[in-house]
Amino acid sequence: MNGFFDLPSDLQHSYLGLVGLHLREALIPVLAGLIVSLPVAQLCVRFRWIYPPVLGITTVLYAVPSLAFFVVLIDYFGQSETTVMIPLALYSLVVLVPAIVDGVRSVPQETLAAAEAMGLGAVRRYFQVQLPIAVPAIIAGLRVATVSSISLVSVGMLIGNQGALGNMLYDAQTYHRPALAVNSVLTIAVLGILADAVLVLVRVLLTPWMPRKGATR
Amino acid sequence: MTKRYPDGTVAVDRLSLEIPDRAITVLVGPSGCGKTTTLRMINRMVEPSEGSILLDGMDIRQQPVNTLRRSMGYVIQNAGLFQHRTILDNIATVPRLLGWTRQKARQRAAELMERVGLDTSLAKRYPYQLSGGQQQRVGVARALAADPPVLLMDEPFSAVDPVVRKGLQDELLRIQDELGKTIVFVTHDIDEAIKLGTMVAVLRTGGRLAQFAPPAELLSAPADAFVEDFLGADRGIRRLSFFPSEGLELQTSPLIAIDADAAQLAGRADAPYVLVTDPDGRPLGWSEPDRLTAGAVDREQLIDHGRPFVPGTDSLRTALDGAVLSPTGWAVAVDGDGRAVGVVSQQVIGEAIRAAHRRVTHGAGVEAAR
Repeated sequence: MNGFFDLPSDLQHSYLGLVGLHLREALIPVLAGLIVSLPVAQLCVRFRWIYPPVLGITTVLYAVPSLAFFVVLIDYFGQSETTVMIPLALYSLVVLVPAIVDGVRSVPQETLAAAEAMGLGAVRRYFQVQLPIAVPAIIAGLRVATVSSISLVSVGMLIGNQGALGNMLYDAQTYHRPALAVNSVLTIAVLGILADAVLVLVRVLLTPWMPRKGATR
Repeated sequence: MTKRYPDGTVAVDRLSLEIPDRAITVLVGPSGCGKTTTLRMINRMVEPSEGSILLDGMDIRQQPVNTLRRSMGYVIQNAGLFQHRTILDNIATVPRLLGWTRQKARQRAAELMERVGLDTSLAKRYPYQLSGGQQQRVGVARALAADPPVLLMDEPFSAVDPVVRKGLQDELLRIQDELGKTIVFVTHDIDEAIKLGTMVAVLRTGGRLAQFAPPAELLSAPADAFVEDFLGADRGIRRLSFFPSEGLELQTSPLIAIDADAAQLAGRADAPYVLVTDPDGRPLGWSEPDRLTAGAVDREQLIDHGRPFVPGTDSLRTALDGAVLSPTGWAVAVDGDGRAVGVVSQQVIGEAIRAAHRRVTHGAGVEAAR
């Protein structure tokens, strides 16, 4: 016993169970962050003056320690996954909002003018022109947000058993099993690299229209 | 109409134009003259502060803005293609908006690629894989896709190099001959305006109309110093583009084939120069008659004959250009196959120019020969 992948029973999960939980707790906040960021970023593009205050707010949110969020959120959601995921979602905004704003702004003026002149209304312009052209920038933002979220989930161990793979760090101390810590760190790193690779693949599949590096006409 | 911005800038000042049906009207002027603003008022991307625009007698504000825009093709500088869509889908944009099936829209798009001179093998490519000139052709095809009666073109050829630009201009004139659209074309290039325009509106800074006239009239009778200055120093020469070269009296006596015999050579002895042609009649170059010996003409010693012109097809400007380029002062006339049909001196061309001027002043009209 006590193999590399044998976990203490207080973790209440198998190794693969923890991996699944970790991914869920890391990715749902990024998805939620994306859903919030899209309209917020569009507002920032439309009304330039709200962009600086929005950037300020997301930066301040990012600066709030997760422990502080937990103290407040535990009153409402208890020691739950939700309590861990809400701060993670808020943190993702600091990356996603500017990424989407830059992406949408990168659409050339002529392209937008041509779309308008051809009779595409504002909604069609957004969904058929601006958003698809912003995809590379959005995915670049998602890559940073996802990797950061995967590593940040570990702080969930502060409120009990909600840190997924991070809980192994705590148990490594409690049971004097340093292998658990090594396992935790390595697994989190591998998950981060894999998630990043998946996003790169998604970008390549979604943007056949991008000039590939080294490709010639 | 007038366009005044909230900060008080007047972009277009009481402009009144009647744009002819099925012809190219060019708006030309220096930057800041309101030509693009005027164009954008036609499809309501800019709303006039005062006045109105009538299309076939109906105010353009009477229909929904996107319906209006889908009935007007629009071509912009740098093409403004959708970089995330294939060439075929770019061209099919407006038909798709009008509710055509995907298959019908793509079929129409493929037809248009051929019409604007694009190889259909490019259909599945993306814009980044095309040259600037090809992208601009896609832009024109996209504007024509739903067969709109009106085409708005905003400096469409400004960003491509001069050789490609000339090709695109010729192509536009050819397409216009076939389709007969009502085209409003914005440019800052007066040469482009004169080449393309059936009517040319010269606008001055501040958005006021300086002159609205056919190009030949613009060149012969500029309304004021601004228009004259804008036309440039050589408007007299450029005006010759509108005078046909047919009717020029051609001289055939100085022509001689390279394989001519001594008797034929002797017959040309009193001409100052003779034009030597190859056995098929294509011009090779000028020579003084006494330097030629029968059967032993050295091609190296012939004097360059300048650029030949085709009588009837080319204008007096091309003929004069050929005469000026030729060291002998004679222009060479050739037929459609490039065979010399005669030569004409600067004096004769000068006489033809004076005659053409007299015809214009007597109201006989000018026939465009471009």
